[in-house]
Amino acid sequence: MSAEEKVALRVSGLEVATTKGAAIVEDVSLTLRQGEILGVVGESGSGKTTTALSLFGYASRGARVERIAVEAEGERIEDPRRLAALRGEALSYVPQDPGTALNPSLRVAAAIEDMLRAHRRGAEGRTPGQWLESVHLPGDEEFGKRYPHQLSGGQQQRVCIAQALACGPDVVVLDEPTTGLDVVTQARILRELVRLRDEEHVAMIYITHDLSVVAQIANRIAVMYAGRIIEEGPAEEVLARPRHPYTRGLLASTPDHVHTRPLQPMPGIAVGVGDRPQGCAFAARCPQRQDRCLAAMPDLLEVGAGHRARCLEWERTPAPAAAGGHLSRRDLAGDHEVLLEVRNLAAEHRSRRETVVAASDVSFSVAKGACVALVGESGSGKTTIARTIVGLHPVAGGEILLGGESLPADAKKRSSGQRRRIQMIMQNPADALNPRRTIEWSIARPARVLGGMGRREAGAEVRRLLEAVRLSAGIVDRYPHELSGGERQRVAIARALAADPEVLVCDEITSALDVSVQAAILELLDDLRSRLGLATVFITHDLGVVAHVADFVLVLEHGLVCEQGPAAEILARPRHEYTRRLLESAPSLSAALEAWQTVGDTPAEAVLEGTGPGGGSVLDSSGG
Amino acid sequence: MEAVGPPPAPTAVAPRHWRRRFPLTAFLVRRIAAGLVLLLATSAFIFFATQILPGNVAQVVLGRNATPQSVASLEAKLGLDEPVVTRYVDWLGNAVTGDFGDSAVQLGQGAKSAPVASELGEPLRNSLILAGITVLLMIPLSFLLGVYAATRAGKPGDHITSLTSLVIGAFPEFVFGTLLILVFFSLLNVLPPVALVPPGTSPLAEPEALVLPILTLLGVTLAAGIRQVRGGMIDVLESNFVALAEINGLPRRRILWRYALRNALPASIQIIAQNILYLLGGIIIVESVFAYPGVGTFLVEAVNTRDVTAVEAVSLILAAIYISINILADFLVVVLVPKLRTRL
Repeated sequence: MSAEEKVALRVSGLEVATTKGAAIVEDVSLTLRQGEILGVVGESGSGKTTTALSLFGYASRGARVERIAVEAEGERIEDPRRLAALRGEALSYVPQDPGTALNPSLRVAAAIEDMLRAHRRGAEGRTPGQWLESVHLPGDEEFGKRYPHQLSGGQQQRVCIAQALACGPDVVVLDEPTTGLDVVTQARILRELVRLRDEEHVAMIYITHDLSVVAQIANRIAVMYAGRIIEEGPAEEVLARPRHPYTRGLLASTPDHVHTRPLQPMPGIAVGVGDRPQGCAFAARCPQRQDRCLAAMPDLLEVGAGHRARCLEWERTPAPAAAGGHLSRRDLAGDHEVLLEVRNLAAEHRSRRETVVAASDVSFSVAKGACVALVGESGSGKTTIARTIVGLHPVAGGEILLGGESLPADAKKRSSGQRRRIQMIMQNPADALNPRRTIEWSIARPARVLGGMGRREAGAEVRRLLEAVRLSAGIVDRYPHELSGGERQRVAIARALAADPEVLVCDEITSALDVSVQAAILELLDDLRSRLGLATVFITHDLGVVAHVADFVLVLEHGLVCEQGPAAEILARPRHEYTRRLLESAPSLSAALEAWQTVGDTPAEAVLEGTGPGGGSVLDSSGG
Repeated sequence: MEAVGPPPAPTAVAPRHWRRRFPLTAFLVRRIAAGLVLLLATSAFIFFATQILPGNVAQVVLGRNATPQSVASLEAKLGLDEPVVTRYVDWLGNAVTGDFGDSAVQLGQGAKSAPVASELGEPLRNSLILAGITVLLMIPLSFLLGVYAATRAGKPGDHITSLTSLVIGAFPEFVFGTLLILVFFSLLNVLPPVALVPPGTSPLAEPEALVLPILTLLGVTLAAGIRQVRGGMIDVLESNFVALAEINGLPRRRILWRYALRNALPASIQIIAQNILYLLGGIIIVESVFAYPGVGTFLVEAVNTRDVTAVEAVSLILAAIYISINILADFLVVVLVPKLRTRL
């Protein structure tokens, strides 16, 4: 990668506003060279997808591109309406959710054929089958005749990528292309993208909320906050020496399973569209804020070679915390009282035609104050096990013991005392709270029904719990839709605590949240565990999160336990082949930085080169 | 292996059961079999409801003043002296071959034989012509207007289409039919107010007589079709794959038909099938309004004269049509939705 490569795309002065006039994206400029991957990183609401879509002259409902200048194909376009001419010609797009991005009634080969036929450069060269082969899918007729629903998520995303490449663009914009895919598939797709960048000489804009993913593939990184780029530069520079306190905060919030250090959540929440202050948008949350930060929005300042940051106080930004530090991992050898015990548990999913084993012979125990993590990809049975524990899924074998006594399998047959002692927190807090009830009602309900409290007593309890989950008591009269995702998840935690439980079952409770919010929730949970002695069963697919919360880990594949043991042990010395593959595939920031220092390449490149020519061997080496 | 290995893929192993080799045919056969069972149950219901509920059929047909002798003689002619199950089996066996028995009323009036089938033939044909033309117009109009309204959602073109069809659809058939007569006959005098078809002639010989009945039927059924197509199209037009096709610069026409309408079709077909079923009921009223000699008129007369055999025949035919249309719609949906088709 040399800086002398031709510029593939230059965007300047992008402004996007709501139709009512509030700015969504302001003053965004990007330059992309041929054969380069630019990572655009930001949390939800930062404007990263809006930015990506406006390059195509596309604005979602309620938004309008106010100003833009795009230079592509040697042409300069300033009229947003004329940008449509670039669609599929200079630029193409790969969306976030491949499952809904493909026409369900169009065969795979026909979908690629559509792109070839619609575009000038697409007509040259390869057939749909050859394009499928270029993303390591079978190029034969049988495969080409399949419909999207007959493909796995990873295959669907490959088809989307093949489509985006087939029109012969200069730049492919990828919007969270691996969010929602499991880590093994994600790792394959990332390697694929690096290979395609080198072989097809396309430039890519890779949009993501996940710094550890972008660290795997990006040459340069732009970090967005509240609709502006707040830091940009060479990937290694930005990740190793962040100059904006927000970038640093994001890095400190990102879990890492290779070199685990305590997470440092950022205080406060991101400002919404329409609430942006006159000065620096991050000032309210910034530990190094000065009066001048509030006066006016700082410009992007040169802070290093090709490295710019939108912070007046950038020289005071501390270096990222070194790996290590003290993790509050509990000692399992201690004689803690075992609260929950699962013995030889089996569960099934039955449909009209077949019975699928969701869990088989699963045994573990959770002591007071301990956290056991169930890890696995989608379909590994981890959520079913969680639902079985709380009595929402029938048990096909084995038993569940709480405090030494066997629990009835069906939640309806459990006594209210038994139900009170085990509480569950769901993945999506938006669905888990009754949208027509106030926060107070939702939290007070378990306290009244299971805890037998009176109205006044429950009201006081709600306020105490809100304080415990660090929410203001002022939100008691609000409804779920008036809260942010992180706030809603805190309410869900408060509701679970209202029953005064001994065991908390957390099903992917942070996977729908931004990393900075996730860090805060994980810290909160850790604090609650040590203060209340809660036993926690933590379901997740994210090994970084496991490294931060779990004392003990079970690795599941297709309902079977591959490996179980103390978290530190499993993460450092995996024995089972599947665990090893999961660990290798899970992106890690610290490992990426190390790779830069030793190889001088992006990690995915290192992997590609390390396994010799023909990246296909890497891709084909592991089953699934 | 995710990159090469097929997921639950159709593996081609040579000789397999025909149901596996032709899943679509197997599906159709299954549905038709289920439809026949349903039709059998319906026939039993129709038979026992008409034969048993009103009491003695012969008494009902002949009226209160009939002599016991004439009642007994009609009972014998109608076979009422036999056990009810035997009568049902005979009736059903004959109905399958197209013989619906003799008209109870005409036998009561002394006729030697009066097969319902031959009397029903002409009204049935007339009704099928009326319903057929309506359906042939309704389907393309539903799609054209629905797609038009969807592509202009929220704009005047959409409001005019949706509102007009809704207002017309809100009228009962007899009110809308009467309004049409008022305008096109009383005011403008361009179309006849009744659609009389002399026995032995085809309604197509005088097509202008059909215009108002067809317009009435269209008016009351089109609204639901347009609304469904419009709603389905709007949903699909907002879907991710349509947005992606637009962002990646596929031609507008291709997106509209192959991406949007193609995926809005299945839900629309279900609604249009329901519309056709509604038409079966609506046609009885419309035929009365326009004095059109169809099945509706025939049925109304049969009910009025308490012609039990005729009522049974018409009910059974309508039930058969009803069930067939449902099967056809289900089949079309399965053919059109790859996810359903490939999982058969």
